[in-house]
Amino acid sequence: MSTQRKAVALISGGLDSLLAAKVMLEQGVHVEGINFYTGFCVEGHTHAIRKKKEKAKPKRNNALWSAEQLGIKLHIVDVIEEYKDVLINPKHGYGANMNPCLDCKGFMVKKALEWIQENDFDFIITGEVMGQRPMSQRKDTMPVVARESGANDLLLRPLCAKLLPETKPEREGWVDREKLYGFSGRTRKPQMALAAEFGFVDYAQPAGGCCFLTDKSYSDRLVDLWKSRDDQRDYEMDDIMLLKIGRHIRPKPEFKMIIGREEGENKFMEGYRRQFMTMRASSCTGPLVLLDGQLNDEDIQLAAQVTARFSKDRLKDSVTIEVTDPAGVSRSFNVKPMLENEIPKEWQV
Amino acid sequence: MSHHKLDARRLLCPMPVIRTQNLVKTLNPGDTVEITSTDPGALSDIPAWCKINGHKFLDHHKQGDELIMNIEVGED
Repeated sequence: MSTQRKAVALISGGLDSLLAAKVMLEQGVHVEGINFYTGFCVEGHTHAIRKKKEKAKPKRNNALWSAEQLGIKLHIVDVIEEYKDVLINPKHGYGANMNPCLDCKGFMVKKALEWIQENDFDFIITGEVMGQRPMSQRKDTMPVVARESGANDLLLRPLCAKLLPETKPEREGWVDREKLYGFSGRTRKPQMALAAEFGFVDYAQPAGGCCFLTDKSYSDRLVDLWKSRDDQRDYEMDDIMLLKIGRHIRPKPEFKMIIGREEGENKFMEGYRRQFMTMRASSCTGPLVLLDGQLNDEDIQLAAQVTARFSKDRLKDSVTIEVTDPAGVSRSFNVKPMLENEIPKEWQV
Repeated sequence: MSHHKLDARRLLCPMPVIRTQNLVKTLNPGDTVEITSTDPGALSDIPAWCKINGHKFLDHHKQGDELIMNIEVGED
């Protein structure tokens, strides 16, 4: 009797990784999922922060959901600290924004390799499709990921394996190459057809991938953050969380305002009161504002006028603003709200 | 069998799951964990995580903004 081989599947929560794992399960391979949490995953954070609309579909973690559909275990691994080096010093550079896709994929496969070695698994699978992503999923870069991660021929991509050289699982007969696929390009039709074949109907289709770093406005905020810190390209978890929420306005190089856009964000930002100076209109309703940086009295006055601009009484002559320092000491004063056209577009981050 | 408490307040998806997973790894079958979270998404994530990893989601209740969930560690 042959030994059942074991593979770990990189599960992002999207359709491709779901299918790749399913293809392996169909071949009798024991599959467990692994999901790396970098801090920039779209799956996390924001859906928990913003208040849901009454009839909105409840949000779910798609990686967990995928594992549930597949009936496999899922291991979620916190790689926030280790990922900093990938983002700050990418050997292969960035994509269109601050996305270090090629280094990122190599890093994740390397971590998966460490995992299979520790857990006595045989090989790694990913849902990559040749030509689907401009950086990490090209014919010339896919071997780079296999080589630089150290996984080499232990890395199998079931959805496009037929377009790639044979891997060890195929050579050794652990999997049947004939039953793998040769998907390529950006079209999603073959994957959708395969999903239908497997009976998957309700799968996630994230637009633009599953990482905030592929998003231009998020990347712009990250670059602005580093610039404001004398180009110290570092970050803490709180930094990357706050880049995802609120309206960001930088009236001066010395300080930035993070303005809650709705109740959920305001509530979440309340948790930062001891780390930041905060502002809020007290004579009417208005958002909570976090002030990040060094502010003198003139800056506080300016920030208060901007804060008033986002309050309910934005068109009145005067709004009372309460300013609270991180120690909890508050003071209030009246300001004339800025008009919409008085806030230059360049202030918006 | 022992009972444990996990404070996952102010952590957002998927951190409550990661913290739960890391604690459960150190426990024995039959041990129970009370998880406190302020992320409403944890109410879908923790039961899903329990289901796929062979643990039992016992119950949950709300206390203000806090969500309190009880789970029982299953056999590996």
